[in-house]
Amino acid sequence: MRGIRATSAALAAGVALTATLAVSSVFVGVADVTPVSLLHGGPDSEAALLLAASRLPRTVALLLAGAASAIAGLIMQMLVRNRFVEPGTTGTTEAAALGLLVVTVGAPGLPLTGKMAVAIGFALLGTALFLLLLRRVPVRSVILVPLIGIMLGSVVGAVTTFFAYRLDLLQTLDTWLTGDFSGVLRGRYELLWVAFAATITAWVAADRLTVAGLGRDFTTNLGMHYGRALTFGVAVVATVASVVVVTVGAIPFLGLVVPNIVRLVLGDNARRAIPWVAVAGAAFVLACDLVGRTVRYPYEIPLGVVVGVVGAAVFLYLLLRSSERVH
Amino acid sequence: MIVLQSVTKRYADTAVVDDVSIELGHPGITSVIGANGAGKSTLLSMIGRLLPIDDGTITVDGLDVTTTRGALLARRLAVLRQDNHLTARLTVRDLVAFGRFPHGRGRLGPADRDAIDQAIAYLDLDSVGDRFLDQLSGGQRQRAFLAMTLAQDTHYLLLDEPLNSLDLRHCVQTMRLLRRAADELGKRIVLVLHDINFAAAHSDRIVAMRAGRIHAVGTPTEVITTAVLREVYGLDIAVEEFGGHPMAVYHL
Repeated sequence: MRGIRATSAALAAGVALTATLAVSSVFVGVADVTPVSLLHGGPDSEAALLLAASRLPRTVALLLAGAASAIAGLIMQMLVRNRFVEPGTTGTTEAAALGLLVVTVGAPGLPLTGKMAVAIGFALLGTALFLLLLRRVPVRSVILVPLIGIMLGSVVGAVTTFFAYRLDLLQTLDTWLTGDFSGVLRGRYELLWVAFAATITAWVAADRLTVAGLGRDFTTNLGMHYGRALTFGVAVVATVASVVVVTVGAIPFLGLVVPNIVRLVLGDNARRAIPWVAVAGAAFVLACDLVGRTVRYPYEIPLGVVVGVVGAAVFLYLLLRSSERVH
Repeated sequence: MIVLQSVTKRYADTAVVDDVSIELGHPGITSVIGANGAGKSTLLSMIGRLLPIDDGTITVDGLDVTTTRGALLARRLAVLRQDNHLTARLTVRDLVAFGRFPHGRGRLGPADRDAIDQAIAYLDLDSVGDRFLDQLSGGQRQRAFLAMTLAQDTHYLLLDEPLNSLDLRHCVQTMRLLRRAADELGKRIVLVLHDINFAAAHSDRIVAMRAGRIHAVGTPTEVITTAVLREVYGLDIAVEEFGGHPMAVYHL
């Protein structure tokens, strides 16, 4: 029981930091939206409208996408038993984008939820294909696993790009694959709550995911159905990845960096790690978005680019650190 | 009891376990010995429903292992293989707590906590309870997994090569510990062992396998003989007696 109080205090501090970032996120931007302008203008002012239609949705979208993507990364890492996988290195994201392209061309009239469902279906298939490939590869090298996923993702991505090019949809494809929150408005991000709900179910079933992360034999010995736990986890990951691609675009490395840092401190117990991963993921995305919005103010750098740069650096560090330990 | 009836496991055309019928799980320790590929581990895995059975049936206290609900079986029988994920960053206490999973589906009551504490104390892990598994020595990690199976509170305990990759001291400690668990806690333990002398010194019963079949069953004195070992391992091995145990002299 030792340390639980200290952990709760630290988690509270983390939540407070994230809340501070969220408040800053609401008040950063070209238009004049400040606590003062809001108080002066009242509920019908332009500032209030901007707050409700653009600023708040953006901040909420950042919080939801950040938390959910980080948790999806954590689940993927546990199920594959490899620290270097996340939806972006297992073909999941690319498969979701391919699904979106197919549905955009094949059934353009479908509502957004329908498109999302198709994307989730493709993401599930892509992830299943990745897991099947892994089963066939005899060497379980730590680095080889994400490489296989990246290769699979590239193949799927190449197919997608080819058809997007032929159908003149390259720009649309780009918005799916580069996380960008500048276009988030009221009415266009709410699907992210689906991703959030999916991660809540993951938290409820956290023990099963931890056990499944210890392998098939271990899981079977405890009387649990390994295949079911695996399917559940993959479904959560596919849902989160697809929803994020549909609404704001893929956020690279997020699902890789955040869980790994949390894991160094807290270990692999999902029940303990998930709240932390959620808070840290949200804070990381909020901070990167703030950087993207202020570095060349009044212009914006897409979030995906900022996260990509920071994330790649941290990823490289983790990679080098692990190879040092191995040799 | 664990009852096997005409159990067969094939890989391609080769039967790794070939029409085996035997009762296992007598009080105390039963060791399964035999050369590589004799089918020992496959047999153990099928009993622990880690591998599907191609032919025949296996029951544990009358429960068919292929059809009985997982959690119900997990309260009767614990099985540990040696390919446990050793890099897992779980604390010892977390790992042992998972042993209670079949009993409470993840919710830990006071009785569960007692069982966890007792298992940790029994295996002398109190001082490392909050450490991560990847920070422990091989021997400590082995004991942590054993503590989990103790917390699982099962009648039967199946261990596949529990002495693998342990040094001599930890081998001796593990065997003594299993002997103690069998005597004090009434565990019925089935081991797959490579070292026939450890098997001879600590087992009540020895099962010798050869080419997927049961070659001999009996007390250590009955099974560890020059004649049986010649059949099982294809070697002429002198067997001496030491302190009431047969000891095979195979290093010379």
